[in-house]
Amino acid sequence: MDVWASIILSVCAASTPLLIAATGELVVERSGVLNLGVEGMMIMGAVAAFATAQVTGNPYLGAVAAVIVGATFSLLFAFLTLTLVANQVATGLALTILGLGLSGMIGESFVGHPGVRMEALNIPVLSDIPVIGKIVFGQDLIFYLSIALLAGVAWFLFKTRAGLMLRSVGDSHNSAHALGIQVIKIRYMAILFGGGCAGLAGGHLSLVYVPQWVEGMTAGRGWIALALVVFASWRPGRLLVGAYLFGAVTIGQFHVQAIGVPIPAQFLTSLPYLATIVVLVLIARNRRLTMINTPAALGTSFVPDR
Amino acid sequence: MAGKDQLKTNAKQVPLLETKGITKIFGELYANNGVDFAIQEGEIHALLGENGAGKSTLVKILFGSLQQSAGEVFWKGQEVHVKSPSEARTLGIGMVFQHFSLFEALTVAENIALSFDADVELSDVSEKARSLSAQYGLPLDPDALVGDLSVGQRQRIEIIRCLMQDPALIILDEPTSVLTPQEADTLFETLFRLREEGRSILYISHRLEEVQRLCSAATIMRHGEVVDSCDPREETAGSLASKMVGADVEGIEHKTAGKTGEVVLALNNLSMGTSHPFAIALKKISLEVRQGEVVCIAGIAGNGQGELFEAISGEDRQDDPHQVVIRGTDAGHMSISRRRNLGASFVPEERLGHGAVPEMSLTDNMLLARHASDASEFKKMGRLNVIAQSAIVAATKRVNEVMDVRKSAEDPPAGALSGGNLQKFIVGRELDRKPSFMLVNQPTWGVDAGAAAHIRQSLLDLAASGSAVLVISQDLDEIFEIATSIAVMADGHLSSPAPAADMTREKIGLLMASSGADQGQAA
Amino acid sequence: MRIELQKRPDISKLYSILSPLIALALMVVAGAIMFILLGKNPFHGLYVYFIEPLTDPWSREQILVKATPLTLIAIGLAVCFRSGNWNIGAEGQYLIGGMFGAMIPVLFHGWESPLLLPLMLIMGMAGGALYGFIPAILKSRFGTNEILTSLMLVYVAQQFVDWVVRGPWRDPQGMGFPGTKSFNDSGLLPKIFEFGDAHYGAVIAVIAAVALWFMLSKTLKGFEIAVLGQSPRAGRFAGFSAKQMTLFAFLISGAMAGLAGIGEVSGTVGKLDDKLSLGYGFAAIIVAFLGRLNPLGIVAAGLVLALSYIGGEAAQISIGVSDRATRVFQGLLLFFVLACDTLIHYRVVLVSSVKARM
Repeated sequence: MDVWASIILSVCAASTPLLIAATGELVVERSGVLNLGVEGMMIMGAVAAFATAQVTGNPYLGAVAAVIVGATFSLLFAFLTLTLVANQVATGLALTILGLGLSGMIGESFVGHPGVRMEALNIPVLSDIPVIGKIVFGQDLIFYLSIALLAGVAWFLFKTRAGLMLRSVGDSHNSAHALGIQVIKIRYMAILFGGGCAGLAGGHLSLVYVPQWVEGMTAGRGWIALALVVFASWRPGRLLVGAYLFGAVTIGQFHVQAIGVPIPAQFLTSLPYLATIVVLVLIARNRRLTMINTPAALGTSFVPDR
Repeated sequence: MAGKDQLKTNAKQVPLLETKGITKIFGELYANNGVDFAIQEGEIHALLGENGAGKSTLVKILFGSLQQSAGEVFWKGQEVHVKSPSEARTLGIGMVFQHFSLFEALTVAENIALSFDADVELSDVSEKARSLSAQYGLPLDPDALVGDLSVGQRQRIEIIRCLMQDPALIILDEPTSVLTPQEADTLFETLFRLREEGRSILYISHRLEEVQRLCSAATIMRHGEVVDSCDPREETAGSLASKMVGADVEGIEHKTAGKTGEVVLALNNLSMGTSHPFAIALKKISLEVRQGEVVCIAGIAGNGQGELFEAISGEDRQDDPHQVVIRGTDAGHMSISRRRNLGASFVPEERLGHGAVPEMSLTDNMLLARHASDASEFKKMGRLNVIAQSAIVAATKRVNEVMDVRKSAEDPPAGALSGGNLQKFIVGRELDRKPSFMLVNQPTWGVDAGAAAHIRQSLLDLAASGSAVLVISQDLDEIFEIATSIAVMADGHLSSPAPAADMTREKIGLLMASSGADQGQAA
Repeated sequence: MRIELQKRPDISKLYSILSPLIALALMVVAGAIMFILLGKNPFHGLYVYFIEPLTDPWSREQILVKATPLTLIAIGLAVCFRSGNWNIGAEGQYLIGGMFGAMIPVLFHGWESPLLLPLMLIMGMAGGALYGFIPAILKSRFGTNEILTSLMLVYVAQQFVDWVVRGPWRDPQGMGFPGTKSFNDSGLLPKIFEFGDAHYGAVIAVIAAVALWFMLSKTLKGFEIAVLGQSPRAGRFAGFSAKQMTLFAFLISGAMAGLAGIGEVSGTVGKLDDKLSLGYGFAAIIVAFLGRLNPLGIVAAGLVLALSYIGGEAAQISIGVSDRATRVFQGLLLFFVLACDTLIHYRVVLVSSVKARM
């Protein structure tokens, strides 16, 4: 049974960064903006968290730094796409390319250093409950945060006026503007939130998942998070399912490799990426579902009518 | 009722809303130039003018969507700076937009809630919307998804949303353009009721008959300036029109109507499914259009006209080739290029982004619709398909001259032309081919009176020269002006066409509502 | 103060040419600031980065070597991006192209023939095109987002090529290092000059650029690409098919990336190894935008980006700046290019937040 508990724990650890980054991107896309820079913001968060934790010795400060750096970095994207109405796809790519380069330069001196791990909270007594104790009460803070974040976003989007305004901006920025809703301001805030989430997701990688700095350590997780948002058809509930499905595939292929199944390791490493493609195809085949849920203004620039 | 109204306007009281010297400049263009006007309490006031006269700009300034470059606005005698729509709503100004400011993916109640500034419970909104809709006779289901509603129903949302704020002034921008004549009558009753409650209404329209029926005062705008104000009830439609346009509009000349020849376009039980969730399916449409005929299809927007256009043009193809027959050839399986090669030509409703690429020059837009039909002239060097620029430039020049297209540069991007001039170019582009069949969707939508007359005349001339013309239009005035026979489209069905002489507005109105009735009146 | 954009009535021809130059100037300024932050003399740093490589014949050839794959990939991407298809998986198509091209010299190692090289180039193009076809067919058949699928396929290609050079194709005499046997002479792209590394791939790249420029600006196909990229609905009205365009654009850009891959394998390395993936597929995105999606502009842009690679290597050796700074420069450059493109379509006006009244 302990083996299963530890497998579940590692699935949680693999899924958490995907879930956090995808939750942030879901909010961004619900506001009608497609930010393809998740990978770049994530890796900036990872290097910021690692560096801060190294310098201060405090992983929690590292997590805070990850959020701040991720959000600040996303401002670049926001300024270009919202204020200068640059193409969102190209700008998102630019953010990713810059993030990968900048993080490599900042992290150069940290390569090979052992990191500061954010330990599990291990709530006394409760975490000693057999099997589920560890899973429910014995994880790191960011894990609990990821669940709270998702619940918070679901509540915000569908139960608050601000969430309604955000969804309206994503459906038709022209109508929203006509009603006096501040389209640009809402989108700036959504992008900042998405950036903070992506940063935290990166922080989880370098503080919890593999507490060290490796250049390019996000390894496409930012892109998978983007795919998860499509998979979830922009609904928070499905995001949880999707993130954990991918976490399970990732951990599953590790275990298959460890057991020594005679399949080349490279093929197994490719599995999460191939799974992403398969899932994207399956979800796209259901046209009605996708078309009704896709924010109608997604990816289009807004210039106020003269 | 009229007496009481008169009394109010005559009394020297402070106007509800007054503007002094409103000026709005976009770049070098004066969209508004020193606009002075006033609305009294309890008055239905018309704002008249052609497209581009500056009505919408003025209204956006009043509603806070735009800020004036100069000039003052007074509300009940106090100077106000309306910085946003929500400030306008707080003052007591409500607005019903022409192009609705609604969100298709949200419910009716959510749409209404968005116009409140404070956080409100959706259930309270639904409750209040229900009671208002009962009170004013505007049936509405608060839980419905807006994307599933008809245009008329959407307008009710806008009106109810506006009434929720208990406004003293309600601005309506071209409200009847999306309604059947009967629906318009219902709207007018609602408006009279609102006036009796002491509210003022600013009514923007270019339909003179309506204005004469409704309004006790009118301000007329042209080229961004107020050119006149009058009591429309004391004017004739003709005098109002010439004030609006600034000159007498040419009448339309019918040449040798009557002689019709062989069938050029035949639709045989044309049925099409829907390609996206909010589209309308076409249901067993049959129609024949003959040489020399101008067949007009009336109907309210969103009843399948766009889908019919794409089915006939070949942008959407049919499984059964016999459903669309062009000049005796089964064309159902053919692409739009092959249908053009059979002699058909098409003018879609949307000018920018459908009939023309806004960022591309007029010569490029010439090539857009004619690279297949004029292949021998517009392309050279065989399989390489090199573009023969000089031939395209010549054709563009020809069209611009024949259609009197006015432009700022030699070969400007399509998006830089005014609506009327671009429409003249797009219609002219097809006429230049001398097509044997022409399909036009909303030939004069958003086009100024001069250009509209030119376009209608050229369609009549085309028919007179022996071609078949099929026009889809929402504008009944236009239809009665040019049609030889009229059919009505409602909810994907097409009524069988009847000679224009036998048709009346009432008959058309009933047909418009026929299959949409159960859907429109319920809820 | 806030920034307000006013749409220009017409596209500014002046800024169409100026905007990439302004972007380059901004990057130089940003570079100077970065050198100052790193505690280096900014003038010396910029000199080492952007001028010195041009003064030395060996470096000039290296620039040509780097510019070749960047240009080839970027002109293919230009076709794709102009048509509204976002192929960001060129790196994968480049890898698979390199692998396909290496297939004949690896599997028939002893075969020497003048036919070998052309066959290898064709195989490379076919490999890249086939790999590019996957996201294209998924998009046109199922509506799958091509950005995500093409990107995912990069990771898959990297793993696959890694497996090939470590597994089935590994040179048994290679001391355990991953990589195939070195190709015979007839499988190598000849060098342009007697000494030095520049190979005929550079000539192929220029020819391809001119051919694609002709297609884009003079033929109906180029017109079709532009129309579908700007307004798919108007394209449908014109009788063009967006779905077929997706296939066409991905085939072209995949083939170009594949050609770049086999060019690199056969012209620069001489065998297939595990170091083929150098990020050219992503850097080419920057090249494509810097060249304003015009194949001739891209030839110039490819040289500029190649210069930044060579300058980066030089700066690492002579002034001790990490070569990772190069990627930062490149990332910043793309940002500046995109920001400056705004000038082409809009007038940028600073407005004080209190509205001025006349």
